Amino acid sequence: MNAPTYNFAYLDEQTKRMIRRAILKAIAIPGYQVPFASREMPMPYGWGTGGVQVTAAILGPQDVLKVIDQGSDDTTNAISIRKFFAKTAGVETTTSTDAATVIQTRHRIPEAPLRAGQVLVYQVPIPEPLRFLEPRETETRRMHALAEYGLMHVKLYEDIARFGHIATSYAYPVKVNARYVMDPSPTPKFDNPKMDNCPALQLFGAGREKRIYAIPPYTSVVSLDFEDHPFTRYKFDAPCALCGAEDSYLDEIVTDDKGSRMFVCSDTDYCEGRQAAGHRGVESAAPHKEAVHG
Amino acid sequence: MAVTTIELQPGFADKVLAAQSTFRTVMEAMARPGQVMAVDDEVGHPPSMMVGVAAVALTLLDQDTPVWLDDAFASASDVGAWLKFHTGAPIVARPDAASFALVAAPAALPDLSVFALGTAEYPDRSTTLIMQVPSLAAGESFRLRGPGIDGTTALTASLAPADLFARLSINQALFPRGIDVILVDDRSLVAIPRTTRLAASGV
Repeated sequence: MNAPTYNFAYLDEQTKRMIRRAILKAIAIPGYQVPFASREMPMPYGWGTGGVQVTAAILGPQDVLKVIDQGSDDTTNAISIRKFFAKTAGVETTTSTDAATVIQTRHRIPEAPLRAGQVLVYQVPIPEPLRFLEPRETETRRMHALAEYGLMHVKLYEDIARFGHIATSYAYPVKVNARYVMDPSPTPKFDNPKMDNCPALQLFGAGREKRIYAIPPYTSVVSLDFEDHPFTRYKFDAPCALCGAEDSYLDEIVTDDKGSRMFVCSDTDYCEGRQAAGHRGVESAAPHKEAVHG
Repeated sequence: MAVTTIELQPGFADKVLAAQSTFRTVMEAMARPGQVMAVDDEVGHPPSMMVGVAAVALTLLDQDTPVWLDDAFASASDVGAWLKFHTGAPIVARPDAASFALVAAPAALPDLSVFALGTAEYPDRSTTLIMQVPSLAAGESFRLRGPGIDGTTALTASLAPADLFARLSINQALFPRGIDVILVDDRSLVAIPRTTRLAASGV
């Protein structure tokens, strides 16, 4: 047979062992970035090479895989990665948060609560939360070793001095298990509270920067803040225009060139599930009775 | 007596999928300390090595991971040859140079400070202990807490050395440096990562 065949889940076994060892250390030291020998993957950096390697190392034939990109199951990135594993590992794929055992995500945490036994794999562009404050790896490593995070608080304080509030709205730094300051990847800070005491295992893979880190289940994850400027979730003024949800993270969608816009759930599975259950928003008229925008 | 490869026990029946399912068992164990997990793959193993230890070794060891054997394993004629043949892992005499330490007779476990504990900058460069213990089903009751545990959890086990948790208390002062331990009884395994603490012993 001359047809090209892949090892199960694409990666060779030696690479999987190396990644698996890094994952175990990452779980044992919550929030600490474990260096690993990241491989070239058949997709460009920035498209989730770190997350894909972590998923490939943990995935088994009995798993059900869901991939989301900014909450959506339907974008190019999410579809390509789902197809990649359907082809190389033959796993079942799904868009349902509840049915999935492994969820690979780019920059969102699903709205539906995760349960024990599920694994959430994050794609991470820049794993080092201190990198924009201190460019030298030797220095940031020492700062983590000494738990010297004053610089991060200064950065948040400068936000307050300049804007009157902490203006960081995504990749909002968290402290894991009261020890390591960690970058939750560029998820909106709206999602930060979902990481705390989560029953599911959370793994983070950064392919270009060659780091893996983790939050074990039931681990404290605290967003950094000040007593007089406590951490707040972003609050939307409007409910979702399609399902009427008031508790979900919304995308703003421009609907014409006259400044009209609508707000819809970023989590497509959550939104579709609510619509199927009969929830309606202002824009979700029946197809034959199209609502007028603006 | 020299052992030839022909006399060696086999490894996994299915290298790829058995390593994957064993890894998921170990990963779940590490993520949920104190919970007893079971390895259910077919795996050959030297007579002195428990099935669980053999499966974990075949899953995690390779030419990149120096391994240290305790006296009981080192003196068994086939363990070193079996590990070398199936994993290619170099067997080292110095415990602080090892990524993994396999312990057959944990009652004679040396002081934990002889193993690699990692550095402050790279706490991941530590030795992971894989120990065969008398029982993970019956014995003393331990109450554990830490990341991965919802409140506290109970582990009923007959451990060797009997003061294992007292010895592991060095992890508290050393953190983020420290020692991660995988306890094995036949096909059962329990992980005690460096973040796990004893809440109170006995019930």
